[in-house]
Amino acid sequence: MTLLLNIALDGIAYGMILFLVAVGLSVTMGLMRVVNLAHGGFALMGGALAHWAGADLGLGFWPALACAILGTVALALPLERLVYRRIYGFGELQQVLATIGLTFIVIAAVNRWQGSALLPVPLPETLSRTVDLGFRTLPAHRIAVILCGLGVILGLWLLLDRTRFGIRLRAAVDNRAIASAHGIVTDRIYMATFGLGAALAALGGVLGAELLPVDAYYPLRYMVLFLMVVAVGGMGSVTGSFAAALGLGITETAARYLVPDMATFAFYGIVILVLALRPQGLMGRIA
Amino acid sequence: MSRKPLAALAAVTLGLAAGQATADEIRVGVVAPFSGPFALYGTQFRQAIEAWQATHGTRAGDHEISFVYKDSGGVNPDLARSLSQELVIRDRVDVLAGYVFTPNALSVAQLATQSETPVVIFNAATSAINAESPFFLRTSYTLPQVSAPLADWAYAQGIRSVVTTVADYGPGIDAETAFSEAFTARGGAVTDTIRMPLSTTDFAPFLQSVRATGPEAVFVFLPGGPPTFAYAKAYAENGLKEAGITFLGTAETEESNLQALGDGALGLHTAYHYSAAHDSDANRAFLAAVEGLGDDAAPVNWASVGAWDGADLIYRMVEAAGADGRAAIEAALGAEWESPRGPVRMDPESRTLVQNVYIREVTRNPQTGLLENAETGIIATVGDLGWKD
Repeated sequence: MTLLLNIALDGIAYGMILFLVAVGLSVTMGLMRVVNLAHGGFALMGGALAHWAGADLGLGFWPALACAILGTVALALPLERLVYRRIYGFGELQQVLATIGLTFIVIAAVNRWQGSALLPVPLPETLSRTVDLGFRTLPAHRIAVILCGLGVILGLWLLLDRTRFGIRLRAAVDNRAIASAHGIVTDRIYMATFGLGAALAALGGVLGAELLPVDAYYPLRYMVLFLMVVAVGGMGSVTGSFAAALGLGITETAARYLVPDMATFAFYGIVILVLALRPQGLMGRIA
Repeated sequence: MSRKPLAALAAVTLGLAAGQATADEIRVGVVAPFSGPFALYGTQFRQAIEAWQATHGTRAGDHEISFVYKDSGGVNPDLARSLSQELVIRDRVDVLAGYVFTPNALSVAQLATQSETPVVIFNAATSAINAESPFFLRTSYTLPQVSAPLADWAYAQGIRSVVTTVADYGPGIDAETAFSEAFTARGGAVTDTIRMPLSTTDFAPFLQSVRATGPEAVFVFLPGGPPTFAYAKAYAENGLKEAGITFLGTAETEESNLQALGDGALGLHTAYHYSAAHDSDANRAFLAAVEGLGDDAAPVNWASVGAWDGADLIYRMVEAAGADGRAAIEAALGAEWESPRGPVRMDPESRTLVQNVYIREVTRNPQTGLLENAETGIIATVGDLGWKD
């Protein structure tokens, strides 16, 4: 019984971190349909900015987090205007090459700026203590991440399915020319959505740092992880990414408890199985 | 297939090296990662060598010594071998040095033997490497050298049951074997052996399992960087410390990422051959020399001290034997000196240093406010315990 509770609890916490680090990619790659391998680069920008704000400027965790998100968006918007606007029109392979190049630039820049050691973001007292659940303890940080993940999925659902912005975005993505002819300023919609993707990447980078520590090579180390969550979830579906992240998180955690040697096999096995049965992912809209 | 040309090249090089014996410039080629995720090693090696040359000059006996650096990237034996070959043949180096990863070090065994070039390994820590060539010398340590004394110490502390948790790859399994053998030989029990996937950074499930088993201590071996960081956090957060399960590690609290671990690292026990907090004049001189390089100085850890002692050993070899590879090895064997880590001796048989292994505990230095590995005692003075000829 305790084992089952442990698996559920650790699995949900791990899955929620997977969701948070991948949701930004689900927005840029899933919704905007640009193969954005630079997603990890934006998460790294967020992590490095948070580390810098916390360690060098002496800010607390929350101001540092705000600084990371705003700073990343401030870097992402000009990038969207100057670079990504051209990348949207590329073929998939060119998008891959262009965005991986961007990733290398971010890695080199962070390496130059902060070095190649770990870039920790110190947690505030409220998040670093442990909460006693009776049968075991759980770090307060994990609870915060679970709540935050729920907040993000709810917020995105409201934004994309229930607001005028969401309708315009879906229209612009589906047929840019016609959306434009209807008076939707698609450039601005794209820029705002890209900014949202970058902000979510930064948020995920900072909040996920307890389990996926940030260093200059972060984007390459976890790139496959981000891509798998989005691919299993299905392109274009944020809810799909959410389901995929939780499912993969719980599966891998269960394997770690029951057959530790096989945990990685279990994780990739599930990914292969899902994609073999449903190549478009769990909730993919695009065939 | 490539043996014949290599032998021919080696013969040519030998001729060149012999011709150079009277020349007064000795060149040392350092092969290490200077770019990519492991670039910190290269930086530490270079800084330790620069610090050594800044304090000891560039002359050893009648010879002028210069260092050439080559970037091997990560684990890449083919590249390491071709760079080493290029150094020996084109740059005409008399000594090779560096080598962070075991496969990279192994790849130059034949080259070293055939060209009679001494290779001073600054890091690669698998016991078996030195058996591959009589021209291999090692100024780092080997995994059994620190893991087995840790097991003895744990038993002496009254710990009778241990669960081992190691990353599922070569060095992790070596460490598990060395620790388990030493611990059970004393009469302790290893109640579970958990091998964790190498890429894992979520350790809560493994540590909850350990907690459920309820041993008196948990032994850990992980590669440095993100996994170690996440493990130390998970150890603190899952209440193992409160449950009285002692942490037994080796390199996990190394200096370049120690500050990042934060308060969760306080009280972690490790057995290792070097702490930057080692209390000796030799260590203070070493630290001052590296700090003297300026603001770009990287944190000093075992990799730095391996290169510093490597430079020390190379100077001894060159002073005694110049460019003569065989004589240089003869001169190195049995050499003794005071290293920043404590007294060391180059074991003539295993060609790895015989050195002190210290038990350390992470504490916060009251003066600087920084975390450090405070040495609480010497638990053994040993050579390579994993050596099998």
